[in-house]
Amino acid sequence: MVQYNFKKITVVPNGKEFIDIILSRTQRQTPTVVHKGYSISRLRQFYMRKVKYTQQNFHEKLSTIIEEFPRLDDIHPFYGDLLHVLYNKDHYKLALGQINTARNLISKIAKDYVKLLKYGDSLYRCKSLKVAALGRMCTVIKRIAPSLAYLEQVRQHLARLPSVDPNTRTILICGYPNVGKSSFINKITRADVDVQPYAFTTKSLFVGHTDYKYLRYQVIDTPGILDRPFEDRNIIEMCSITALAHLRAAVLFFLDISGSCGYSIAAQAALFHSIKSLFMNKPLIIVCNKTDLQPLEGISEEDMKLVMEMKAEAMKTVIGEGGDPLNDEGVLLTMSTLTEEGVVSVKNAACERLLDQRVELKMKSKKMNDCLNRFHVAVPKPRDQKERPPCIPQAVLEGMAKQQAAEKEKRKLERDLEEENGGAGVYSASLKKHYILNNDDWKEDIMPEILDGHNVYDFIDPDVLQRLEELEREEGLRAEEEDDDFEMDGKELTLEEQEALAEIRKKKSLLIQQHRIKKSTAESRPTVPRKFDKERKFTSERMGRQLSALGLDPTLAINRARSKSRGRKRERSLDRGGNDGDVVMDMDVDQPNKKLRARSRSLSRLRSMSRPPGEVVAGEGFKDSAQKVKALKLGKKSVKKRNKDARRGEADRVIPTLKPKHLFSGKRSIGKTGRR
Amino acid sequence: MRLEKCWFCSSTVYPGHGIQFVRNDAKIFRFCRSKCHKNFKMKRNPRKVKWTKAYRRLHGKDMTQDSTFEFERKRNRPERYDRNVAENTLKAIKKIDKVRVDREARHHALRMKGKKAKEQREAAKELEQSIHMVKAPAVLQQEPSLTLPKIKVKVSQQQSEENHAMEE
Repeated sequence: MVQYNFKKITVVPNGKEFIDIILSRTQRQTPTVVHKGYSISRLRQFYMRKVKYTQQNFHEKLSTIIEEFPRLDDIHPFYGDLLHVLYNKDHYKLALGQINTARNLISKIAKDYVKLLKYGDSLYRCKSLKVAALGRMCTVIKRIAPSLAYLEQVRQHLARLPSVDPNTRTILICGYPNVGKSSFINKITRADVDVQPYAFTTKSLFVGHTDYKYLRYQVIDTPGILDRPFEDRNIIEMCSITALAHLRAAVLFFLDISGSCGYSIAAQAALFHSIKSLFMNKPLIIVCNKTDLQPLEGISEEDMKLVMEMKAEAMKTVIGEGGDPLNDEGVLLTMSTLTEEGVVSVKNAACERLLDQRVELKMKSKKMNDCLNRFHVAVPKPRDQKERPPCIPQAVLEGMAKQQAAEKEKRKLERDLEEENGGAGVYSASLKKHYILNNDDWKEDIMPEILDGHNVYDFIDPDVLQRLEELEREEGLRAEEEDDDFEMDGKELTLEEQEALAEIRKKKSLLIQQHRIKKSTAESRPTVPRKFDKERKFTSERMGRQLSALGLDPTLAINRARSKSRGRKRERSLDRGGNDGDVVMDMDVDQPNKKLRARSRSLSRLRSMSRPPGEVVAGEGFKDSAQKVKALKLGKKSVKKRNKDARRGEADRVIPTLKPKHLFSGKRSIGKTGRR
Repeated sequence: MRLEKCWFCSSTVYPGHGIQFVRNDAKIFRFCRSKCHKNFKMKRNPRKVKWTKAYRRLHGKDMTQDSTFEFERKRNRPERYDRNVAENTLKAIKKIDKVRVDREARHHALRMKGKKAKEQREAAKELEQSIHMVKAPAVLQQEPSLTLPKIKVKVSQQQSEENHAMEE
């Protein structure tokens, strides 16, 4: 309920403060760094964000203000009037309206400037646009600063208003100033209202709560009302008038019989009569207070007459609420708050009257009737003793009986079958039992799915046979058509020719291989002229062999080659025989030994077999062969022992480090180190 | 249970072999072994990879169209079991296979026709052109038969020629 949230309205900031708050928030919550080197879209975005953010914040805050302040039309008319009395409805509405327009203006400003910002072409321009936008928004706020101040005042006052529930049981106390209303409320409730000898001590409504018959009653103390024309009344009096006008409450009109309030009974009676229109439909009790100073019986005749008049008025209300018209006890009461005499009875009377009235009202309203109906079930009274059971036709009865019988004999379920045959693990249900086939013998057939690398289901066709027949016919035809298309092997090669061909191909492949080797090693192999032919490829013997392989007689060619070749330097050793292309005509002429021949033949092959062991060669440094032989012997002896011990020698392979660090440590730049 | 075809090489994938890859557009690629799978991942086109059936068919190495292929067709609607039909089908499969194999052999023979003749022609030509590599033309004039000359190695001037076996 809105009335109880007057305390929860957020603080309305001052105009200046408002601007400060919003601008500092924009400064903090949006990015601040921007350079003119950024791309233009980024600059625009930056400033647009600031403008939008500011607008959003303004919008939010202004919206909260507008929403939280109560709308005079939506709240209880009591509060509406009260607020009007206190703050002037028009002013209030105007202020809120101004806030609203400010909000819309700010939104418009933001929209326009964002549109402009979209086309800003430099940092400076965007910045000035943003500055302009924010400046305009702040100006708008500055203009509504007075409204904001006013609303803040209103809010503060609203928060301090007493929380009056207009719909619950209320007792209203009214009367002239200084008659004892506040003292009364102090007596019956826990409220602590100021009681002073001067008038208008109570300047606003005060609420207290009291209990009666386990129910809670609100007691509202009003400021005193003077007898004045309506228009002349001040705000304080208007408060009480409003309360009287709108709250459905029991009214206690206080009368100061002693006159110590400063006003005579006549004056008070006059007041009463002027505001009696407000007492319409409210249980009215006239309370004569301060009886300790002046008892009711002791007043003058005129005063008594006036009082009786008032009582008569009060009686009218009693009739209105459906009470006993003859009972006038609860209408005029006396009490003294000083001596506390009669205070409680007044309260009780008031509460009682109010309760009665409220109950009456509730009974009269339609809702009660509905409730009452629900508590009562009408049952027709039995007319006679005849029994009347429900009527069911015979056919239905028979059907029902049959169904029951059928249910008795259940059909055999698969489950039962399973249980019979050994349970779940032992028996496996035959799923093929219910197959619908042309011939029931086929139910248990096993159909193969795969045959010879084919799916059988792909071949199934009702007219397979027919198609197969066609195929075979085709095949037969084709076999006939195919004439013996044997190729004439007339051009078969003879054995000789085959050999020759093989030889040719071999030679060709050899050439190709050599060429490939030459090609691949061309870069690293130096081109050496023929005279430094180490491998002795260009010997006359070789030439002779090749020529004779072709079937030609090489003798002439060899002779010619030998005669043409230059003389080679004669070697010292005369044992060496058969040098290549040498003009050593006199050398090995008389040496038909096989050994020599063998040696000369194999010159190009094994150098190691070319000399005997003790033979001294030129560059070795031995005096004679004996010395060489001894040297060899010494060398052999030195290794004999070690070899016998099977120890590692100089020539044996050595791994200097078994686990070199660079192979067994370190991370790989790419990949895993799962193996080393 | 079905035998599938490998997407890459078109060989049959038996149950329990190979890998099946399902692409985001729900197309299924089956591979018979990792070789095909890896080739696929490398984005190789089977039509360009020599050993696949796709290549062979495309380049006419294997038989493409034949009535025996029409017998085998994936039928999506299951037929009701009929023993006679099943029997006939099973027998038919064998015969169809035989026919198909025969036809493929014929296709191959047709393809290879003329190879022998060509080879022989080439051999004759080569013989004629390159005979100089094994027998000198002068010698050929004297002795027109194609017997190859034997190698003779001369050791010294005055020694008689000796016949040695081919050393080189």
